[in-house]
Amino acid sequence: MGVDIKVEDLNAWYGTVHTLKGVSLHIPANQVTALIGPSGCGKSTFVRCLNRMHETSRGARVEGSVHVGGEDIYSGISPVEVRRKVGMVFQRPNPFPTMSIYENVASGVRLNGSPPKAELDTLVEQCLRNAALWDEVKDVYRKRSGAGISGGQQQRLCIARALAVDPEVLLMDEPASALDPISTGKIEDLIFELKTQYTIVIVTHNMQQAARVAEKTGFFLMGNLVEFDATQKIFTAPSDKRTEDYITGRFG
Amino acid sequence: MRIKFHQSLDELKQRLLVMAGMAEQAIQRATEAYTTHELSTVELVLLAEPAINRLEREIDEIAVDLLAMEQPMAVDLRFILSVIRINSDLERVGDQAVNIARRVREMQDHPHVDLPVDIPRLASLAAAMVRKALQAFIEGNVEMAREVLTLDDQVDEMNSQAFNSLSALIREKPEATSQALSTLIISRNLERVGDHATNIAEDVIFWVSGNDVRHHASLEK
Repeated sequence: MGVDIKVEDLNAWYGTVHTLKGVSLHIPANQVTALIGPSGCGKSTFVRCLNRMHETSRGARVEGSVHVGGEDIYSGISPVEVRRKVGMVFQRPNPFPTMSIYENVASGVRLNGSPPKAELDTLVEQCLRNAALWDEVKDVYRKRSGAGISGGQQQRLCIARALAVDPEVLLMDEPASALDPISTGKIEDLIFELKTQYTIVIVTHNMQQAARVAEKTGFFLMGNLVEFDATQKIFTAPSDKRTEDYITGRFG
Repeated sequence: MRIKFHQSLDELKQRLLVMAGMAEQAIQRATEAYTTHELSTVELVLLAEPAINRLEREIDEIAVDLLAMEQPMAVDLRFILSVIRINSDLERVGDQAVNIARRVREMQDHPHVDLPVDIPRLASLAAAMVRKALQAFIEGNVEMAREVLTLDDQVDEMNSQAFNSLSALIREKPEATSQALSTLIISRNLERVGDHATNIAEDVIFWVSGNDVRHHASLEK
């Protein structure tokens, strides 16, 4: 099951550049939360702080607290364990090209130990099913390369790979921006299915997509979280003029 | 910055204001026809109706195209939804004018009777409501729109008084029944014009503030 995320006074820097400024919010469990805002507003940095990816960049620094399911991910827990609990899917599908579809899904699990083959087979099939990819690859998934399928299928493969390590939260950084409308629709349907089991945070530039998939939406601007509210409220009657100006295309 | 889209919104607003002008003129002429008994004025109201109907369809078409092509959000979405509803209300104001004009024409077939109702005053109040609601639309002025809502009670009260006094007249002078009934219906038509002005004002409040105050909901906001 998904867990909630509580963020308090989160600040992030790249070198001397202050990219996140005192962000606090509560992301509810088993819901989809969308983050929107113009390029460079800090939304991607924010999600990268939720699984301690931000600190892997040179000169990057984080202050503040992030509790995932009540656990402070910045103290007393290894970054590797955080990233197992909080999976991530990126803008460009990035399957391991030298591995088969099967091996791609199994790769994360193998890093955490070597389960018996039968158990791994079952897990891979289940993850491919949960990622709505099984029916399309079941005849080829042991042999075909992860890079040998369409872009939309590759992205669902990356989601299957993220699911294989049994995360509680799934972060998606523009997961459909490189996909055609059909593949985008499949990813959105998948997000709808997955939220029953995981908490999902999605960064998107596509506001219609945020409106379609998310229960909650946050608007970032210049490192600040300007507004965070029910998606329906944000897209019909936002409280802050800056949110309204952005989503109606008056700037950004 | 979506320049083309915002130009289209301006164009939509201009079209609606043309529609508003036509609907206002129709009510003024219908009232004038009642006062002067001029059949030529009645004809003017009837002749204008097809143009109002045509413009209603054109405005709806532009609005639906913008919804489909531009997928507006927030204040732009509320604006287009409000325009669609105001457009429909204005068309119905035009219909009420036509109803009044037809009734005035029928009244010509019967002898003149002094009636105990002030239709021009009721018409003036209803027309003022429409004008104020449209001014609120032009300015995006929520306070002005709220003032329109308070005027509706006066129009309702005048219509109710007209009903009582005309009912009494029918009992006292059965020979005046036809003229009294026509006037009663005209009073009712004007009361409906006031209702449409109220709807327009509520749509202005929704567009500007995001609050849905229809049916007395959220009026305190």
